[in-house]
Amino acid sequence: MKIHEYQGKEIFKNHNIPTPNGIPAFSVEEALEAYYSLKSDIVAVKAQIHAGGRGKGGGVKIAKNKDEAEKHIKNIFGMNLITHQTGEEGKKVERLYLEGGVDIKSEFYAAITLDRSKEMDVFMVSTEGGVEIEKVASETPEKIIKIWIDPLVGMKSFQLRKLAKGLGLGGNAFKEACFTFSKMYECYQKTDASILEINPLVITRNDKIIALDSKFNFDSNALFRQKEILGMRDFTEEDEMEIEASNFNLNYIKLDGNVGCMVNGAGLAMATMDIIKLAGGEPANFLDVGGTASAETVKNGFRIILADENVKSILINIFGGIVRCDRVARGVVQSVEELGLNVPVIVRLNGTNAEEAKEILSNSDVSVIAASGMKDAAEKAVKAIKN
Amino acid sequence: MSILVNKNSRVIVQGITGSEGDFHSKQMLEYGTNIVGGVTPGKGGQYAVDEKIRVFDSVEESVDQTNADTSIIFVPPPFAADAIIEASYAGVEIVVCITEGVPLHDMIKVKQVTNKNGTRLIGPNCPGIITVDECKLGIMPGFICKKGSIGVVSKSGTLTYEAIDQLVNVGLGQTTAVGIGGDPIIGTTMRDCLELFEKDPDTEGVVIIGEIGGQMEIEAANWAKDNMSKPIAGFIAGQTAPPGKRMGHAGAIVSGGNDTAEAKMKVLSDCGISVSESVADIGRIMKSLMN
Repeated sequence: MKIHEYQGKEIFKNHNIPTPNGIPAFSVEEALEAYYSLKSDIVAVKAQIHAGGRGKGGGVKIAKNKDEAEKHIKNIFGMNLITHQTGEEGKKVERLYLEGGVDIKSEFYAAITLDRSKEMDVFMVSTEGGVEIEKVASETPEKIIKIWIDPLVGMKSFQLRKLAKGLGLGGNAFKEACFTFSKMYECYQKTDASILEINPLVITRNDKIIALDSKFNFDSNALFRQKEILGMRDFTEEDEMEIEASNFNLNYIKLDGNVGCMVNGAGLAMATMDIIKLAGGEPANFLDVGGTASAETVKNGFRIILADENVKSILINIFGGIVRCDRVARGVVQSVEELGLNVPVIVRLNGTNAEEAKEILSNSDVSVIAASGMKDAAEKAVKAIKN
Repeated sequence: MSILVNKNSRVIVQGITGSEGDFHSKQMLEYGTNIVGGVTPGKGGQYAVDEKIRVFDSVEESVDQTNADTSIIFVPPPFAADAIIEASYAGVEIVVCITEGVPLHDMIKVKQVTNKNGTRLIGPNCPGIITVDECKLGIMPGFICKKGSIGVVSKSGTLTYEAIDQLVNVGLGQTTAVGIGGDPIIGTTMRDCLELFEKDPDTEGVVIIGEIGGQMEIEAANWAKDNMSKPIAGFIAGQTAPPGKRMGHAGAIVSGGNDTAEAKMKVLSDCGISVSESVADIGRIMKSLMN
């Protein structure tokens, strides 16, 4: 789960990670009020959307006076912000964050995330702050300093010193950096984050450390114990159908194609998308109905898939283990009848009670196309569109 | 022979009185798995699974009383890490965690403990292990398997069943099938399973099924290139998955450059593994390697 910059900075404040003075605003009026209460000569007006690259897309502007602030607020609020992460359709800006200016001496990058290969968290810093870190990583990897944290003893002082020294810091800035890094790890742990990134982390002219940005990603498996974080979820940042699907315990991701698919299990669902493509079609979605697919699940799955107007045929691929194919078949018949389906439905059922399932389908009045094997199913689903 | 589990494995079920634990214990017993006890804190002394299996309050007690060497875990996500660590300290050799949704920060710590104690952990968020006609440990449908000479290792549940079904259809049986799980941190890796299959005299060929995200398939392929004498057929799911979107499994997300299906398929191929572009060809490719 992701959150906005201003929410991340709230979390930072609670963990003693210094941030500039800032106020979130949910309308132009609120933003103007925020501007006056900040009482700062320079104010940054920042669009709050989850996607990165806001600055380049024109979603972050600096105001040096009241007129500029008004102009930027009115321009950014409600704008359709397009960045390399939003895709072409962009994202409407409905939240702003106004922040007092900071007198920057230098900019750094700092982040904590999981290193899957080492099975430990890695803390990374770089002097190349403010730019895309992926670029630094691929072009000048030596400019990224890393330490791996042993989870049984936590982050140790020598590691903090290594990071701060790696950034070339001395004096007060060195001490403050060590303190801030330790707080970052504490914050990462306590919030069950999977990414905590500050880019840029800046040093001011009077040697103070300040987090100028915040980026979080949280482990969705841990949200059951992170009520406060869960309360920060912004549903407008998520696909409506994906939210609805999750309410039915379905795992749905919308894609751009026209062959809808409904599958049990994530791996098999991906493989089904892949074989649709190999058969000359384009998958319209990823949909994993999980380990307990019932008639009800199937019906909800149909509803979700059909909400996408691009869908021209639907492929159902179930390998029954715990899931019984006869139940799925009943769900298919029932759904096709109740929802008055007008797109071709191709069904491939294998595993537990597959024979009974085939009988249910062939004895019913609804017209579904039976398939044997995944290749056959994918080819039939693609062909059904062309007919 | 086989790997990890066999008819002599002495199994306890952690979370045996829960609905999942109860249902799958019945299925496992029916398959012939030697379940010697169960654990549910506070329910020690009772008998579960149609009054057949004795319940203990702790893993330690169950091991003392039954000499169990293997455990399977069906406890809810908030308690799963604790259950694994408990089994590890009780000296259980093989621990299979079926639970889906174990927090990442918990697993980072769990892994240190199982490494330190030398516990062989499978999962979490996996379908378990099956050694054909001997021991089923988890939620796989046993009836689809046939005894034979192919080892299967996979990150995904139903995709494993699909591969097993295709193997049977081309006349190839299996020794052991291992579902290692699709989370970012798991106990036993694909490479670990290849090492075990290489040492197992009854296994003559291996199917590996991976997916987008992480480097596990690449590590396994690089190891196999220098150390594996048996033929390997491979498949990677997620060729059409867009970057940045989590495809069901917590670990199935394309985040860097070389964790895409395409990149992995190339490395596997370069390491001498016969990669199936289509999921429908896994069985056929394994068959051609065995001829």
